[in-house]
Amino acid sequence: MSMVLDVFVGNTTIMDMDIYQLWLDGLTVREAVKARMDQGALLECEANAEVLMSDTMDQFRTFQLCERLLHSPTKLANQLLFQIPSQHQRMLIEKYYEFDSVFAREVLGKKLSKGTKKDLDDISSKTGITLKSCRRQFDNFKRVFKVVEDLKGPLVENIQHHFLLTDTQARDYAAIVFFANSRFETGKRKLQYLSFQDFAYCASQLIQYWTTGAVGELHLYSMVEDMDVDLEKEFLHELKDLKVLVNDKNMLDQHKVLVCAALRGKIKVYRLMEANFKNLSRALINLASKLTHTKDVRDLFIDLVEKVIEPCRCDRWTLGEVTLFLTQYTNAAHGLGTFSRQVVWDRYMGVIRSCILRMYHE
Amino acid sequence: MPGKLKAKIVAGRHLPVMDRASDLTDAFVEVKFGNTTFKTDVFPKSLNPQWNSEWFKFEVDDEDLQDEPLQITVLDHDTYSANDAIGKVYIDIDPLLCSEAATRICGWFPIYDTIHGIRGEINVLVKVDLFNDLNSFRQSSCGVKFFCTTSIPRCYRAALVHGFVEELVVNEDPEYQWIDRIRTPRASNEARQRLISLMSGELQRKIGLKVLEMGGNAVVGYLQCFDLEGESGLVVRAIGTASPNTNTHSNTAPASNACNSPSKDSKEATWAMFKQPVLDISFPLIGVLNNQFRHFLFLSVLSGMGSGGSAGKEAGPLKTLLRQHTQSALEQREFPFFTLTCFPPGFLVHVGGVVSARSVKLLDRIHNPDEPETRDAWWEEIRQEIKSHAKALGCHAVVGYSESTSICEEVCILSASGTAAMLNPRFMREGCLDAGGSDHRLFEDASPPSCGFCHIPYDEFNMPFPAQLTYCYRCRRQKVPDVLFTTIDLPAEAAVTGKGCLIQARLCRTKKKAQGEVNATAISNLLPFMEYELHTQLMNKLKLRSMNALFGLRIQISVGENMLLGLASATGVYLSALPAPGGIQVAGKTPSDLNYDQHIATMQKRINDTITKNKELYNIHPPESTEELVGSPIPDRQRSRLFRSTSESSDELLELDLSHGKKDAFVLERGSVTMSINMFVSSGFYSCNTEVMPGIYNWTSGLQMFTSVRVYRLSNANLTNQGLNKIFTELCENLLKSLYFKLRSMIPCCLCHVNFTVAVPEEELIQMGAVRLNCVCVCGCVFVCLFVSGSGENEDQLQFSMELCADSTPSNNQPTSKPSAPSVDYGSFADRCSTWLELLRLKAHTIRRGSVKTISSAERCSPLPEGRSRSLRSTRSMPCGAPVAVVKMTPLSFLPGTRIVKYLGIINMFFIRETTSLREEGGVSGFLHCFIAEVFAMVRAHVAALGGNAVVSYSMKECVFMENPNKNQAQCLINVSGDAVIFVRESEQEATPPLMSSGQISSTGADGTT
Repeated sequence: MSMVLDVFVGNTTIMDMDIYQLWLDGLTVREAVKARMDQGALLECEANAEVLMSDTMDQFRTFQLCERLLHSPTKLANQLLFQIPSQHQRMLIEKYYEFDSVFAREVLGKKLSKGTKKDLDDISSKTGITLKSCRRQFDNFKRVFKVVEDLKGPLVENIQHHFLLTDTQARDYAAIVFFANSRFETGKRKLQYLSFQDFAYCASQLIQYWTTGAVGELHLYSMVEDMDVDLEKEFLHELKDLKVLVNDKNMLDQHKVLVCAALRGKIKVYRLMEANFKNLSRALINLASKLTHTKDVRDLFIDLVEKVIEPCRCDRWTLGEVTLFLTQYTNAAHGLGTFSRQVVWDRYMGVIRSCILRMYHE
Repeated sequence: MPGKLKAKIVAGRHLPVMDRASDLTDAFVEVKFGNTTFKTDVFPKSLNPQWNSEWFKFEVDDEDLQDEPLQITVLDHDTYSANDAIGKVYIDIDPLLCSEAATRICGWFPIYDTIHGIRGEINVLVKVDLFNDLNSFRQSSCGVKFFCTTSIPRCYRAALVHGFVEELVVNEDPEYQWIDRIRTPRASNEARQRLISLMSGELQRKIGLKVLEMGGNAVVGYLQCFDLEGESGLVVRAIGTASPNTNTHSNTAPASNACNSPSKDSKEATWAMFKQPVLDISFPLIGVLNNQFRHFLFLSVLSGMGSGGSAGKEAGPLKTLLRQHTQSALEQREFPFFTLTCFPPGFLVHVGGVVSARSVKLLDRIHNPDEPETRDAWWEEIRQEIKSHAKALGCHAVVGYSESTSICEEVCILSASGTAAMLNPRFMREGCLDAGGSDHRLFEDASPPSCGFCHIPYDEFNMPFPAQLTYCYRCRRQKVPDVLFTTIDLPAEAAVTGKGCLIQARLCRTKKKAQGEVNATAISNLLPFMEYELHTQLMNKLKLRSMNALFGLRIQISVGENMLLGLASATGVYLSALPAPGGIQVAGKTPSDLNYDQHIATMQKRINDTITKNKELYNIHPPESTEELVGSPIPDRQRSRLFRSTSESSDELLELDLSHGKKDAFVLERGSVTMSINMFVSSGFYSCNTEVMPGIYNWTSGLQMFTSVRVYRLSNANLTNQGLNKIFTELCENLLKSLYFKLRSMIPCCLCHVNFTVAVPEEELIQMGAVRLNCVCVCGCVFVCLFVSGSGENEDQLQFSMELCADSTPSNNQPTSKPSAPSVDYGSFADRCSTWLELLRLKAHTIRRGSVKTISSAERCSPLPEGRSRSLRSTRSMPCGAPVAVVKMTPLSFLPGTRIVKYLGIINMFFIRETTSLREEGGVSGFLHCFIAEVFAMVRAHVAALGGNAVVSYSMKECVFMENPNKNQAQCLINVSGDAVIFVRESEQEATPPLMSSGQISSTGADGTT
């Protein structure tokens, strides 16, 4: 005797969120049953393995049927096929679009193309996340990317509206879209120590201050496409003018004097700082002036690590010291009488400072 | 009454991509009614088209209005090739023909395709204008209301119950026509769907005509069935109870004429299809057997129809008097049958036992236009038999009546069953209801309503079969039988001790594979034995739970190629009026064998332990002191032996029993006892197959309806009676276990109206010859049982209520446990209840305030979605309206904690789904899962379009599944029905009274004994 067919359908769709998680994790039915047994599901209701198996199968099938709807979450609210309480709907969507930051870290900055999808088994074996789960997460990234790519208006809000995600989730997805669009280099060995959250933070800074949308008050931003995805060209161009800070010998010296004066006695690595000031300043300014080239934009993070963070770390600066230095370094430029690019400078340094501080792991 | 039907196509959404190149669709819509078709413009390149069409007007006869559905087809326009169909929507416009029901149909309908399932949705608006026409020769019956509900619908009042109406129409099944060989599966499925829709419309119209003829204006307990007889055609038949209903709001009770027997209109079956009954075997044996389901009514002292209350102990003359009266009213009817299972108080005077009849027929394709009524004749024969059985039990009416068929190739078993009963004649006569109120009270005084229906209806000294009678444990005046089996629901006024539970008897019998007459004979020889054994099993299981009555008994016998399956389900209860059931004693076959004796002894001990345990579980603590008071007329009543209860009823049975009780049968019996001992019991779960769970009165509005289907494949090796029995029992138990597990998050809850259906599909469906399909379908409804009838449930509250439940039960029974207390007046009990409720409400409030997250409560989703998604909707350009309204579905006739304010009409839908890519759709389970979900969705959409928010009395009448895995194909047919209603939530204040009154009843019940 064997069971050929076993179906359970409720008028209100019954969904067990624990099993949903197992399904999302890409487990097979058999694995899921085992996992549930380990969790002690058999103790409830005097269940046996058969009952558990049947229940798990049913749930998995329900999720599979729902998956199509989850691809466009806004449909979930007005589809007729499943009667799902709105709370469950929200939970379904949130969990479906949840991702492992380890996985996200791996694909960050990569092109969301078929090619990348083929490499998912490598990522799967590297991260220990099942291939099925990897595919789902990758497809989610890609789907969000496709939808918001051509939309006008603020990125985070667009994501939130079309995928009904929470604030945090929407922001994370915005970071992923932003990275995928600009194809920032994140895979280099030197960058491996950075987590997804570090990058997501940097992305949010860039989106907030460097994109076209960032100067929203100045433009009628509903007119601008890709306002949050692309960095503002004009701004990147203006960054070239910052070069004067290192090219003008006087100004460089004066800048150094001001910074040193402010930091004397306040940081332990004062001597090293004094010795390195010109190198650091040059690195930061050069970085700014090169950003008009797409290639250099992509290398933004690797450059920051190589030119700024690593030297400081070699000299054993503490995070506090870096913070102090960058603050004084930014502020001191205002004291330079001949320096006229205050606004651009602040816009540039604000983001760079936040990024460096976030990326500076002692 | 000709009418004008108007339809408007508003918009579509979520359409499928029909043009691969553009990923879009050029959709247009065809609206068809009868032979008239209209088209909308093509809305190019959109998946969310906005047609906003003009009003399409159809001027039609009302006969067509009743028969035909409105057919809406969505198509994809193609310039060069033929237009592709996306899918269809059939809208039954019947609800619009009643003035009081829905006024328009308006809303989103799923676009359904028989191959692809639901493909997008369409927004439609339909209205009907009826012209008045007083033509007396009309063929239509607009205005007759239909209800699936098997009780008087809640917001109506029955002025008069007329009785039985039946009708059947036959047609050739399009699936088996020659044309089916050349047309596509889609065309064939659609032809079939359309035909059945037409036929059920026609059937309903004809029944309506009969009802009008009888002077009624409504049909309650409408039961429609399809017999897919394969080659030989398609029969749609329906039965119901005609009654003029008056809305409680309107005062006019229509004058009604004396009832006529259902007239035999000659049917105009266009496709003549008829059969000769080759075998005509009806069972006198079964008739006798059914006397086993004894338990009759007996008319006690009744102040007969206001003719002066000579209330006394001389029940004899009065009884005859009353019977004469009632009979005179009923006798005029050919069949005094009622499909109702719930009755207004006072309607049911006495309840008799179960009566049933079965008949085996051979379907044969004989075109004989001169004899178009073969089917009718078959059914008539069976009904006559039922009637005579009822008469033998001293009853003049049959209530809770139902009919069913089981078909396997050319053999067909027709079954009918009901409960013999005596009814209050007042409801049969004209203009009775005005007097109803005052009369009613008189009646109640004479015979306590809580036990009256248990009293035997027949003469004590002239019993149709030997039964053990005792004086009623409640009133001590009248005789009652020791057990009572019925097919109806537990009357609301009945006094029950403890809780009820689902009791099932399962049986498999193998038979030789045979053809034609030989096969039919074999089956008919097996049937009596099966009935007998099912009955024995039920009896034993009942005793094992120390209960003494069964309600809602439903015995299903289904026939397969080489086996017969029997499944009896019922809800067992302990009626306070009936004596305590005896124990079970195991008798050894060879007393000398020591080992065997020991074995028997341990068995006996286990049985006794189980009985004690069950008493605890179901809270059955009957007052024991009463024994002496009454004095039992039969000395060994306490211990009726295992087989005794069934033995002495008739000559035939006596013989049967002798051969049964001694040897082989004993082993078998023991097996079944063991099985029932091992019955799985889960705490916090209750199940029953009646509308309400006896002994539990605290319902919440949390409600979940589900359908579960399982198909098993048996290997040839197991084909012995015992092996099959074991497997079958396991299947059923496992299914129940699975259900409990699935619904564990709702504990404490109760499975109500669990409806098991078994089928043994034809063998050839599966390519391997040695296997067989066995399909179990459960349609049920789950309640969360909570003390507070608040709307929100959260975890805290649930736990809290569980404590309370535990609290409440002992005190409910308090009067019982203290028999010495002189009297507990109801007032104080009610007070106690209300203080409790106060307390509860307070607690519930505090909890509700404190809790932040609530778990899945259907209520929660009905209000607006949270702000975020709403703001989203306003910003999006897509034409998406408000979120989908929640539609509840339940097999019950009511929704706990709510009040039904309007019945919008009957929902009766038939769907076919077929696939040629079974594997891709997730195998058979995936296919069926999706299909059932789609059926639910379509039912909900229709109800919502009528303006309703729930379906009551929902049932899945038919679920036929066929597969051919080798060809990657599967097909499934589903027929569902129910009543669309609007309900409103009762405020907590309003919800209290019913709860109180039931509490009172139970206390009354217990009180009477002291």
